[in-house]
Amino acid sequence: MNWWQRLLRRRKMEEQLEEELCFHLEQHTNELIAQGHAPDDARRQARLALGGSEQVKEHCRDARGTRWLEDLLQDFRYAVRTLRNQTGFAAITVLILALGIGATTAIFSAVNAILFEALPYPHADRLMMIWEFGSEDSRSYVAFHTYRELAARSCSFNAIAVLKPWQPTLVGPAEPERFDGQFVSASFFHVLGVPPFLGRDFEASDDRFNGPKVVILSNALWKRRFGGDPTIIGRQITLDDNSYTVIGVMPSAFESVLVPSAELWTTLQYDAEHITDVQTKEWGNHLRMIGRLQPGASTDQARRELDTIVHTPVPEFPRPPWASHKQGFIVNSLQDDVTRGVKPALLAVLGAVLLVLVIVCVNVTNLLLARGVRRRGEFALRIALGAGRSRLIRQLLTESLLLAAMGGVAGIAVAQLGVRALMAISPPELPRVGAIAVDGPVFAFGLGITTLIGLVVGLIPALRASRNEPQMGLQESSQRTAGGHRRTRSALVVVEVALALVLLVSSGLLLRSLKRLFAVAPGFDASHLLTMQVQTYGRRFDDDAACNRFFAQALDAVRNVPGVSAAAFTSQLPLSGDADVYGVQFENEDKTRDAEAAFRYGVAPGYFETMGIPLRRGRLFNAEDAAGLPVRPVLINESLAKRKYPGRDPVGRRIRFGGPPNRPWDIIVGVVGDVKQTSLAVSQSDAVYVTTAQWLWADGTQWLVVRTRGDAAALALAVRQAIWSVDKDQPVVRVATMEGLLAASAAERRFALILFEAFALAALVLAAAGIYGVLSGGVAERTREIGVRLALGASRGGILTLVIRQGMTFTGIGIAIGLAGAAVASQAIAAMLFGVSPLDPVTYLSVIVLLAGVSVIACGVPARRASRIDPMSALRQE
Amino acid sequence: MPEKSDLPQGTLDLLILKVVALGQVHGYAIAQRLQQVSRNVVQVPQGSLYPALHRLENRGLLAAEWEETDTGREAKFYRLTRKGRAQLETEAASWQRLTEAVGLVLKLSEGGVE
Repeated sequence: MNWWQRLLRRRKMEEQLEEELCFHLEQHTNELIAQGHAPDDARRQARLALGGSEQVKEHCRDARGTRWLEDLLQDFRYAVRTLRNQTGFAAITVLILALGIGATTAIFSAVNAILFEALPYPHADRLMMIWEFGSEDSRSYVAFHTYRELAARSCSFNAIAVLKPWQPTLVGPAEPERFDGQFVSASFFHVLGVPPFLGRDFEASDDRFNGPKVVILSNALWKRRFGGDPTIIGRQITLDDNSYTVIGVMPSAFESVLVPSAELWTTLQYDAEHITDVQTKEWGNHLRMIGRLQPGASTDQARRELDTIVHTPVPEFPRPPWASHKQGFIVNSLQDDVTRGVKPALLAVLGAVLLVLVIVCVNVTNLLLARGVRRRGEFALRIALGAGRSRLIRQLLTESLLLAAMGGVAGIAVAQLGVRALMAISPPELPRVGAIAVDGPVFAFGLGITTLIGLVVGLIPALRASRNEPQMGLQESSQRTAGGHRRTRSALVVVEVALALVLLVSSGLLLRSLKRLFAVAPGFDASHLLTMQVQTYGRRFDDDAACNRFFAQALDAVRNVPGVSAAAFTSQLPLSGDADVYGVQFENEDKTRDAEAAFRYGVAPGYFETMGIPLRRGRLFNAEDAAGLPVRPVLINESLAKRKYPGRDPVGRRIRFGGPPNRPWDIIVGVVGDVKQTSLAVSQSDAVYVTTAQWLWADGTQWLVVRTRGDAAALALAVRQAIWSVDKDQPVVRVATMEGLLAASAAERRFALILFEAFALAALVLAAAGIYGVLSGGVAERTREIGVRLALGASRGGILTLVIRQGMTFTGIGIAIGLAGAAVASQAIAAMLFGVSPLDPVTYLSVIVLLAGVSVIACGVPARRASRIDPMSALRQE
Repeated sequence: MPEKSDLPQGTLDLLILKVVALGQVHGYAIAQRLQQVSRNVVQVPQGSLYPALHRLENRGLLAAEWEETDTGREAKFYRLTRKGRAQLETEAASWQRLTEAVGLVLKLSEGGVE
């Protein structure tokens, strides 16, 4: 018989045991009668010989080996019964646990998917992003010839690939559809380790200068646009007026982590010849580089090898002076690279939710302790009837595990909702959002913390209860033992207050950071400003004049839209994520110095007026600043002017901006205010403005900025129609109000703030509930004492003060401990703070005031109850 | 009440196995036989007999069936399994070795150690 068979046949076995012992007694009795004993005496002797029959049965049951399971079932049934009798207690406990477990599991699902789970590529840990060092150790793109040299000379990488954005347009009967795609080197999918599931991968012969135009489609695009037609391979499709041959379709499981929106890929087809011609795009630093390490090669090894290559140039790969790569290269794992922006926020949020979970545990422990006090009589009875201490602990742990399990089940449901809410507020730069789900590992995590919680919250109450002295418990007047209970519960409340303070301070600091951030002047007037990107598509715009003509006509059309007060084009838009940077050379400055970099804005006259960027000196652009002038007029921004021309007038001085080193000088005609380009938090804002017409080439993609009289968003459609009235085939994308862009630039901080606020609020409520619970429990236990005090002449006000003072003592100690914790925790979120010190006194003070205020309210209710105790009835209760 | 004998740890199991090895037998008879064979020296505490029987059954050393006794009453009869027989042999052998060794030590005359 298996143990489970024995378990299932428990009743039968019990019957048989009874029968067997009966038989024994009968036999013995009969024998004694035969020996001449009287029947009654014989029966008594037989019984004595066998010993207590219940005891024998217990030992036999123990011998069966299924005892633990039987006990467990018994405990389980008992736990269900007791909880059913206390639905209020059970409901509150399960609710608190569900929120705690649910929130933690939801956050874990996001953190796990983004930071810890391997990327969906074979041996994803070997994928490395390789960057050049930019200014201040920032990461900078690489040039095609640099890629060629590394790909040819590096041995620690199995393969290296480069990629850059491609936004081809497919024109149809409806609005033109623009896709996000990538130009990639032929090795791209080989590096990722995922081949197309239909057709073939790119080959070296596809990726040569003026090579055949081939394209690989994503699975989603293939299904959406081509109905999942398997005969697509070899078909021609027209993108941007060019005919491309479809050579492959990626599997549906393929995830483009680097560019989540990418739906098609074509080859880069850069010119590998003419390496000494340094003015070509092949020497422009604008490619992303990704490499796959050889098995066994470490990141450090790769970094060292690239350093060696840098310091031993070979004649086949001559480098221009700016591509000496003196500092070597930045080599980061792909996972670190794509998550670096969100990692601090995610880890901080994970830390915060774990604090909430601890508070939840403390709270539930306190509830269980309070319940233990009420059940003291029951435990005492059980001990008196012979229940062992371990048996009692086991039973109480079964109860707490049952509670935790119910909380866990509800928690998983909460987590499902939480994940959805999380995605709704997630910042746009959050990578791999699609991978966030309540899946196997997340379930395992939820189960794990549920079990852990069950044990943790059950242990202290179980140990406390089992230490009961039975006599004392049975004599219902139990004030003498209440002291120990209250001490434990008070300590737990102190812990709760301390943790709540840590969370409140952290979210307070984040809140103030966000306020500071939005108080930062962006350098322009963001209200009533509509922005959108207008792109030109098609062969006819290969001619610069045609391109400029289109933008000029479109601008005229937009300016005529009712409700538009001003409009202009710019090559890059502040806060849009663009980073178009060129080198600046200053006249009369040491030429051997590295060129400084500045943002390049190619703007239409009227841009500054439209944006509300103030003029500090000189003049703005006007209609005369057109192509063909012998000297190009430029504007620079204020901080660049201050740094380069301290105390002098920059107007009339000469710089050289972009283009070959022998180009004629440009003349500074004016200075305008600083504008935040990257984000509100980044002060780097050196900028040089040129008119669109006078730039080295015509920008095929430009941003339209429109100042409106009324609501900016309401004009979006009319403005788009105006552009399409000039040419209906030109894509207009990324329509947004400037206020929306401002908010988006702080999205990561806002994401962290929303979560911290929610967690801090939960912590505050739980801490207040904890204080309330302990105090009202205390008042109930001390009813008699308070009655005596009142009878002896204590004033009601005195009693009120007594209880409140006791509660505020917990709060005070908790705040003191919490302050130390907050000082440590705020260092951990320092990376997310802006303009606020981690020890910002205003935040700390307001949090203390808030916490103290809430505690007073939580103390007030039980204190009032205590002061209203009627001494007569309190004394009569005994 | 009969005087309790102090059986060395594990001896009861060995004695039970031996008695059951002689043929199918029920619990009460085992107690009786142990007492008779040991000439009342071994007094099996009846309270610990049944837990021991159940333990041995649980370990697969004994098998039990309900059968009629001579008097026509249903009783639980125990018999030795193959595993039980093997166990009995090893335990009996080790008991033999142990008693011989203990006997040798006890035979030493005082001061007779070399």
